[in-house]
Amino acid sequence: MWIVLIGLCLIGAILLLSVLYLLSGRKHVPKRDKSKDTVSLLAVMGSGGHTREMLSLVTALGGHYSPRYFIIAETDKMSEHKLQQIQTSNSEIIYIPRSREVKQSYITSILSTVRAVLFTVPVIFRLKPDVILCNGPGTCIPVCFAGLLLRVTGLHNTTIVYVESFCRVKSLSLSGKLLYHLIDDFFVQWPELKHKYPRAKYIGRLF
Amino acid sequence: MSDTGREKKNFKRKAEATMKKLFVTVGTTQFDTLIKAISSEKTLHALSELGFTHVTLQTGRGEIQPQDQPRDKTSPALTCYGLKNSILEDIQAADLVISHAGAGSILDALGCGKKVLVVVNEELMGNHQTELAEALARQGYLHFCGVSSLLTSLREMDYSNLVPFPSGEPQKFAEHLDHVLGFS
Repeated sequence: MWIVLIGLCLIGAILLLSVLYLLSGRKHVPKRDKSKDTVSLLAVMGSGGHTREMLSLVTALGGHYSPRYFIIAETDKMSEHKLQQIQTSNSEIIYIPRSREVKQSYITSILSTVRAVLFTVPVIFRLKPDVILCNGPGTCIPVCFAGLLLRVTGLHNTTIVYVESFCRVKSLSLSGKLLYHLIDDFFVQWPELKHKYPRAKYIGRLF
Repeated sequence: MSDTGREKKNFKRKAEATMKKLFVTVGTTQFDTLIKAISSEKTLHALSELGFTHVTLQTGRGEIQPQDQPRDKTSPALTCYGLKNSILEDIQAADLVISHAGAGSILDALGCGKKVLVVVNEELMGNHQTELAEALARQGYLHFCGVSSLLTSLREMDYSNLVPFPSGEPQKFAEHLDHVLGFS
């Protein structure tokens, strides 16, 4: 019973945040100059295909995205190795508990998500990233939740960008469905999805 | 058979005669039914008939690791491993890649300009990953089949009609993000 209650609380919190977020609207974006100004970037790595896609997005970004924080699930050795190859002096890897393993049931997912949120919120509040970039693994839910909190509390003007994975052709992932209404910059990789979800952006295949 | 039909068939034989190395990848997943199907005597025999001399199996988190046994001389040599930090070298060395339906593995193989046959895990039918293989096959970038039709597909698929896969454009995303953040 209490599991359901926690779940309801979580959904309630997300709904409340979304209302506040929609009311707050997109904050004023300052004019920036690539040669002088920098923005801090926080990228959430998934595993397997998610990591591959995220790496190609991050490596396409200019040097003005600095420092760069990479969030990975503590059990994900593969992403760790791939990240070490592109690591520079201005980047940092942060390990967080997984919120949902593949095939994990929805009920236990809620519990581990709560655990991940409790761990993640302080981390995001400490880093105060200008941009959060994520593409669908369960890990990105608590990170985006913390990012939304930063915005609605006015502590930091964090822009959250979601890029749905190339493997989603006709339907959004669970993370995508949860974040679709909350995020301004929501990208999909297939035109079919753009028709179904009009708020999403399609600017061609990115990977 | 018409002349053009015969020509097409000859061309197909010719194209496939150059395919010697096969790489099978299941990414970070477990897909033992595919590994079992590939390493069966029947499939190996068919592969040798098609001209394959080397088969490399990347078995992921699977439990089966088929060993190379002394078979008849014509049977392709079998190499097998579970996980490796990068499988790109093996993809590059291959003439044909048989992949599970994961986006990462498919993109890696297509990105290297390889002929790709995606084998969908029928145990996960209804899984969204089937959609990706279907969509890419519809656009002519790859072929796909299930484990049960693997043998027939290997024998009959024509890879000469596959369309080259254009690379993605992550720089478009970079430009967009710069705009959103006010960078001029």
